[in-house]
Amino acid sequence: MSEDPYATLGVGREASQDEIKRRYRKLAKELHPDLNPDKEVAERFKQITAAYDLLSDPEKRAKYDRGEIDASGQERPQYQYYRDFAEDPQATRFYTQEGFGDADSLHDLFEGLFGGRGAAEGRRGFRMRARGADVSYSLPISFLEAAKGAKKRVTVADGRTIDLTIPAGVQDRQTLRLKGQGMPGFEGGPPGDAYVEVHIQPHPFFERKNGNIHLELPITLAEAVLGGKVEVPTIDGPVTMTVPKGSNTGTTLRLKGRGIVDPKTGQRGDQYVKLKVMLPKTIDPELEDFVRRWSAEHPYNPRAEMVGA
Amino acid sequence: MKTLSEVVLAVGRADRVEISRWVELGWVAPQGRRGAEPAFSDLDVARLCLICDLRHDLEVEEEIMPLVLSLLDQVYTLRRQLGALTGAIQEQPDDIRRAILDRLAKPREPRGGGRG
Repeated sequence: MSEDPYATLGVGREASQDEIKRRYRKLAKELHPDLNPDKEVAERFKQITAAYDLLSDPEKRAKYDRGEIDASGQERPQYQYYRDFAEDPQATRFYTQEGFGDADSLHDLFEGLFGGRGAAEGRRGFRMRARGADVSYSLPISFLEAAKGAKKRVTVADGRTIDLTIPAGVQDRQTLRLKGQGMPGFEGGPPGDAYVEVHIQPHPFFERKNGNIHLELPITLAEAVLGGKVEVPTIDGPVTMTVPKGSNTGTTLRLKGRGIVDPKTGQRGDQYVKLKVMLPKTIDPELEDFVRRWSAEHPYNPRAEMVGA
Repeated sequence: MKTLSEVVLAVGRADRVEISRWVELGWVAPQGRRGAEPAFSDLDVARLCLICDLRHDLEVEEEIMPLVLSLLDQVYTLRRQLGALTGAIQEQPDDIRRAILDRLAKPREPRGGGRG
């Protein structure tokens, strides 16, 4: 190497040791012959390595800066790249990802791929065991099937029927794997797998948030004012719930343990019931008269907090 | 074939302890023996130089090294296999070589063998 080592690395003469190191590392990542198969990079890598060996040693660098030594003769002795060995077609031993290999394994590989010489000479029949292809389906299921689990019978592309168990608490778009239910294998190979993606249909009044179920429950004016027992639908059927006296629209009550079972933890979520006060469909004169009289004597402002907003 | 002491001199950038550790970790697997000591081939020495480059110059962390070496070994295995395949094709009669080249020039068509 006779070139200026600073120019080779592309750093200034005042560059710190740290800068030189960073710059070398960056170039080496691009140019290392074992990381970059391009044959032309090898010579350039040799140059930057020689430049780095000179400049990374503060003593040598100082001598070079004072003109006491030149940049020649800095190449690493006998720098032989691993690639030269690893790619040598004459090599009889080499490293593989499993450890050590020898040249015969190439023959084995191609014999496996093509049926090999044995097949050509008729000593062995052509065999190519292969696993069957995987198939995927999407399956619409109801909200309740997803919440409580279900057994479904589905017909797959080649006409077979598969009995499929939907686990309770399955998530929307979750994929269930049916081992061995895909396409048959070839020449004794194992069959592929079937993948079923479930699509949960929305429910008219249940709504699922994580493991909990949310429901809006209409109540009468009397139930809101006086309180009382009401029947609430849950995924396991109706249950009786007590509405406290003076409940308003938006009041949310919790039915513990009426949600969805988490298939991983086995824990069951809750059902949240949000009340919605409903007036009768028609306001009869009696109700109208009563409210008029009552409100004249009991004025209140539910919008008080909005004043000034 | 070199002994560990000779290897330390040849590599020049790693000491006995470090090289022994790399052997212990399975990054280098000297297959030769000289007496009771392992003996390193030129292939092993070149691999040690590569490991020095990666560990010292490029500062690849020790936990990442098996991944890097495994990927490199896979690439070299593939390149050797591809080289052997190319060699085997070159030994074939002209018409067979031409048929293979023509096929490679065509865009790849999906292969049969399964639905889905």
